[in-house]
Amino acid sequence: MMALLEVTNLGISFGGLRAVDSFQIQIKKGQLYGLIGPNGAGKTTIFNMLTGVYKPTDGKIVLEGKDITGHKTIEINHEGIARTFQNIRLFKELTVLDNVKVGLSEQFKYSALTGILRLPKYYKVEKAMTERAIELLKVFDLDGEKDYLASNLPYGKQRKLEIARALATNPKLLLLDEPAAGMNPNETKELMDTIRFVRDEFDMTILLIEHDMKLVSGICEELTVLNFGQVLAQGETSKVLNDPQVITAYLGE
Amino acid sequence: MDKLKKMNKTTKSNFITYAMVIVAYIIMQVLVSAGVVSSLMTGLLVPLCIYVMMAVSLNLTVGILGELSLGHAGFMCVGAFSSAVFSVATVDTITSVPLRFFIAIVIGAVAAAVFGVILGIPVLRLRGDYLAIVTLAFGEIVKNFINVVYLGMDGKGFHFSMKDTGSLNLGEGGKVIINGAQGITGTPKNATFTIGIVIILITLFIVLNLIHSRAGRAIMAIRDNRIAAESVGINITKYKLMAFTISASIAGVGGVLYAHNLSTLTALPKNFGYNMSIMILVFVVLGGIGNIRGSIISAVILTLLPELLRGLNDYRMLIYAIVLIVMMLFNWSPRAREFREKYSIKRFLNRKSIEKEEA
Repeated sequence: MMALLEVTNLGISFGGLRAVDSFQIQIKKGQLYGLIGPNGAGKTTIFNMLTGVYKPTDGKIVLEGKDITGHKTIEINHEGIARTFQNIRLFKELTVLDNVKVGLSEQFKYSALTGILRLPKYYKVEKAMTERAIELLKVFDLDGEKDYLASNLPYGKQRKLEIARALATNPKLLLLDEPAAGMNPNETKELMDTIRFVRDEFDMTILLIEHDMKLVSGICEELTVLNFGQVLAQGETSKVLNDPQVITAYLGE
Repeated sequence: MDKLKKMNKTTKSNFITYAMVIVAYIIMQVLVSAGVVSSLMTGLLVPLCIYVMMAVSLNLTVGILGELSLGHAGFMCVGAFSSAVFSVATVDTITSVPLRFFIAIVIGAVAAAVFGVILGIPVLRLRGDYLAIVTLAFGEIVKNFINVVYLGMDGKGFHFSMKDTGSLNLGEGGKVIINGAQGITGTPKNATFTIGIVIILITLFIVLNLIHSRAGRAIMAIRDNRIAAESVGINITKYKLMAFTISASIAGVGGVLYAHNLSTLTALPKNFGYNMSIMILVFVVLGGIGNIRGSIISAVILTLLPELLRGLNDYRMLIYAIVLIVMMLFNWSPRAREFREKYSIKRFLNRKSIEKEEA
């Protein structure tokens, strides 16, 4: 089977600093894939290259057989990659519902003029859009708070809302940047269930960055370990986590 | 049911804004016809409409789009002069006043929008406060440019010069339209309070409906977090440009009203300069950034205040300044907010609907 995402020889330099070097990964459809590594290993940099925030210096990113290397962020989103952020980036002054609706706006379209003139199409599309948004919010148990401002949500729910917003863009591949950061063990466990549920329910392929080893070993089928911008180990989760090299990188000699 | 409530909330809030404008209009009309309003105040009614429009327009840029514009008077100036040239040039050919004025409004709006696009395309792509710098310069350039322009018209068409009226080489029966620093004279005084109110209502209709639609959400998403907006596939430049252009064209229409309220139109620092832009910004900031209704209220209060204080002569501006500071302090203090929430019209309407449901 052809991989959904195929990255070969990806690298980026900031001036003299080689942040990521000859990175490669293959993710199959429906997989839950983990990307781990110590701080500063280049994990988020890879996410930023995959989503077009940074232009890779060399290498190739292929999504479903289509080369998307160096495309713009919005083009890549339209191709089917959505992401969340390590430091939460919600639309703070919008309601929870509107946050998801912004994510939906590429699929539920009407022109600005239709909106201003309140033509029948506006009401029709808005209604369908709201229904879809509430469906998504229900998955994350956020439908009760749909009229809250996003900034008024508790931390754990903000993380969930970010995932809901990313899913709203109807992606093929979902990138989660440290989804469990700042969560307590209970919340983390709940999040693991949610991520698994999202994969099964939406038939989603997920690549996540995480530090929480429990979460990683609990849900990821395959792992890539990064250290100093280079791939240290790659493969099945249990094998990779027992790799002496990986243990050294994480725990020291 | 839940959805209905939510729909009602925005519609209700918009409804209050429209109702406020209409009620203010009716009260003013009654007072004017009863003859209790001084002629000075009557003369202030159209400028009041203009300032309200300018405040709403700038709030779209500052509050909804989240970019700072310091040259909004420049767009007003473009709207004023382009429409005044049209009206003076066609005063004899288009005899229907409503038609001529309508076309003048469209011309003012389009001219200002064109400048909005010209400024917006390069500047809105950048991150940071570049728009503030560029619009500041734009406002000054427009004002100073108008002051050296000479434009005339005769049987052969328009004549343009930047020296003096003599070098226009006008043919027989030709007339000078823009006379350099002396500006445009003889603009028909078509702007009335009623027209002003109608245009305000149309402006509100456009702005409020824009905000509560797909495009408006995208614009506010960009304001709140540009990177996240990009990551969910929002076209940043397109929506920024849309908001800024609409804002500019509303300011242009404000200029059309301004031009058609005075018989002589000149570009002075007083009316189209930096001070004017800042004054409009003060309306927006005091009314609450992103709060359209607040902009309207603060524009009205701050326009009327200096006139109401005229009796105090030299102390006028002193009191104006004190009122500004007091408004600023109390507008957003927790106590004041609590008070507003307790006694707001929205709550009053809500209570009524709840009572109705119970009954």
